[in-house]
Formats: sequence, C-alpha cells, structure tokens
Amino acid sequence: MSTIAVEIVSAEEAIWSGSGTMVYAPAEMGEVGIAPQHAPLLTRLKPGEVRVQQENGDEQFFYVSGGLLEIQPHVVTVLSDTALRAADLDEAKAQEAIKQAERDLQEKTSEMELAKAKAELVQAVAQLRAVEKLRKTAR
Amino acid sequence: MAGAKEIRTKIRSIQNTQKITSAMEMVAASKMRRAQERMRAARPYAESVRRVMAHVRLARLEYRHVYSIEREVSSVGYIIISSDRGLCGGLNINLFRSALESISEWDEKGVSTKFGIIGNKGLGFFRRFGGNILCQATHLGDAPQISELIGAIKVMLDAYEEEKIDRLYLVSNSFVNTMTQSPQIEQILPIKGVELEEKLPEYWDYLYEPESHVVVDALMLRYIESIIYQAVVENIACEQSARMVAMKSATDNAGNLIDELQLIYNKARQAAITQEISEIVGGAAAV
Repeated sequence: MSTIAVEIVSAEEAIWSGSGTMVYAPAEMGEVGIAPQHAPLLTRLKPGEVRVQQENGDEQFFYVSGGLLEIQPHVVTVLSDTALRAADLDEAKAQEAIKQAERDLQEKTSEMELAKAKAELVQAVAQLRAVEKLRKTAR
Repeated sequence: MAGAKEIRTKIRSIQNTQKITSAMEMVAASKMRRAQERMRAARPYAESVRRVMAHVRLARLEYRHVYSIEREVSSVGYIIISSDRGLCGGLNINLFRSALESISEWDEKGVSTKFGIIGNKGLGFFRRFGGNILCQATHLGDAPQISELIGAIKVMLDAYEEEKIDRLYLVSNSFVNTMTQSPQIEQILPIKGVELEEKLPEYWDYLYEPESHVVVDALMLRYIESIIYQAVVENIACEQSARMVAMKSATDNAGNLIDELQLIYNKARQAAITQEISEIVGGAAAV
C-alpha cells in the first residue's frame, strides 16, 4: 500500500513526523481525508483532531488548536498553532502591547534624539574597550 | 602601603564577588544549552512555513498580498529584539549601535522611524531618547511563547497595512557560535523573494479552501510570526552565551586581582615582621 509523508509541527517544536496511509484533518470547511497522491491543497484548520492511519494499522491522534494544512502529492504538512487564535483575541493582545507602550511614552518626548543616543553608545563602547584592554594587560 | 588587615578584607570581598560570577557563568552555560535546543526545536516549523510560502509565491497567484507590494518609503518600522537583563557584555550595545546606524541613514533621507521593542534593555534605551515606540513586549523569560509575541507583531503589521510604516525591519542578534554573536538587520516587509531549491512544474497552484486570499493571509501572518519567534529564541541563546563569556572573564579577572593582592599582602606582612624584629634588636642594643 502506498503511503504519504506526514509532518506535524508547531512554532515551538516539531510534534510528529512519519508516514501514513491515510490522514484526517479538521479543515475549516469540514473534515478532510487525505490519501497518497492527493492534489495540492492549502487550507486553514479549526481546532480539532488530526488522525494518521499508519501502515501497520495503528492510528495516531493529535489535537491541534488551529493552524494551516498543506497538502502535496507526497507530503502532508500540518502547521499547528500553539496559541488559541481568533481575530478578537489577537486584537486584545495588540491593544495590550500598545497600551503598555503608551503608558511608558507619556513620561518622555516623542522626538528621537539620535545624537544623544549615539553619544551614549560611544561611551558604552569605549567602556567595553577599556575593560577588554584591562583584561589583556592583566594577563 | 596599606595595612595587612585591610588587604585581607579586600581579598575576601573579591573572593565573594568571584563566587557570584562563577555561579552566574555556570547558570548561563546550562541555560544556553537549553536555549540552543529551543532554537533547534523551532526550526522545522520555520522551514515548513518557508517552503509553503515559496510554493505560494511560485504559484502565480492572481491575488497580490499587501505584504508583498513595494511602495514609496516615508516611514520605516523596526522590531528590535534585545535581552531582558544585563550583565551580558556588549551584546545589546552592539545591537543598538547597528540599529542606530541604519536609523540615522533613514533619518538623513528625512524618513521617520517607529519601533516595536522586545526586551527590557531595548525599551530602556529607546525610551531614553524618545523614540516613537508603537508597542512592546518584555519579560518573556527563558522560554518565550509565541502567544506572548502575537500582540506586538500585530501592532507592527497593522501599522504597515494602514501605511503608517512602509518598511519593516527586524534587528536581532544571530548566533554564530558560543563566542560570537553578530547583530543583523533583516527586512521583513515587504516580503522579499523566498528561495527554493527544488524545481516545480510551471502553472501549478494549490486548491484553496476557502478562498485563496483568506488562506494566504493566514499563511503570511504565520510566516512573519515564525521569523520573529525564531529571532527571539535565537537572541536568548545569544544572551546566555554572551553572559557566560562575560562572567567567565569576570571570574578570571577576580582571580588575577586576588593573586596580586595576595602578593601585596605577603609583602606587607613581611615588612611588618621585619620592622618588629629591627625594633626589638634596636631596643636590645640600647639597653
């Protein structure tokens, strides 16, 4: 029986890779079953279960909280999300990041003083150099 | 010459400092190993997303995403990834220096800059000079999760979509080896060509479910997030190895200092004894 390579990865780690005779995944428009030599397809996943039927009859189960599914005739790639994603959830996180920045910004002017920044950097670099020199002479 | 007792106190205080720095060195060494593992663990996802991106770009899609369209530059955005904590040598300073070089280049052309800052040190630095900080993410810890970065990334992407910025750069340290970390500036938006080795047949495209632009939007987002997440994880590995090296040299320096002080102490002790003897001899002679 022919098989198809399966790769299940998340942004933080590789979850599983192997081969199967049949793969089921919770695509956004309904569950899809993928047999070897499937046509190339790209779709979003909704939270659910990915099942891989292996050649020896075993079945592997994985829970995904969403992500993307890519199908090539010889390989299926599940790009799983580790975080729960929804437009409004993302928005809330973005708002939080902005708010934090704004809170800090109130204390300071908004004009970037490049010259001052550079001066401070030059100073810091000089300090580092001095430390290095000291280290060399100590030996 | 200082008294023998003062030198002893000094030696003891340096020994205490040395204990701390050598402990920090060992902690950094073990954290570095874990950070490197995390770096490796994130790679398969990045490669997969990259491959899919390359396929999509090859597929001559009728839909052109806003992220892949070049436009006139009137404002640029930077995502600057720094460490949360100090005591890691020149790591952050070198990074800020290369960022400032790039910023002042744009500044000369009259292009304004906006920042998204990840890490406490960068926040402190750019706040002091009043950079226009759109968003920030700090205190990510040793094992950052992508969910902690989503907010900050989204702010920068939204700014790009609303044409508040016309380019987006990522400034971070790349891990060359334990001894070397080099700052690098990478253009994220507009997305540059993704190279792919294998040859694909022409006029080939995916089936998209639902429409292509929905799927491609989701893919673009994940592509960019994965680049930034990788950079964050890599920066942590850099931070730990830089700290390890810095603390190692601090420990060595403390050792040298102790040796020198020990010599001075011995001399001072000897001088005191000699003086005492000569006083006794002088006294005996006088009697």
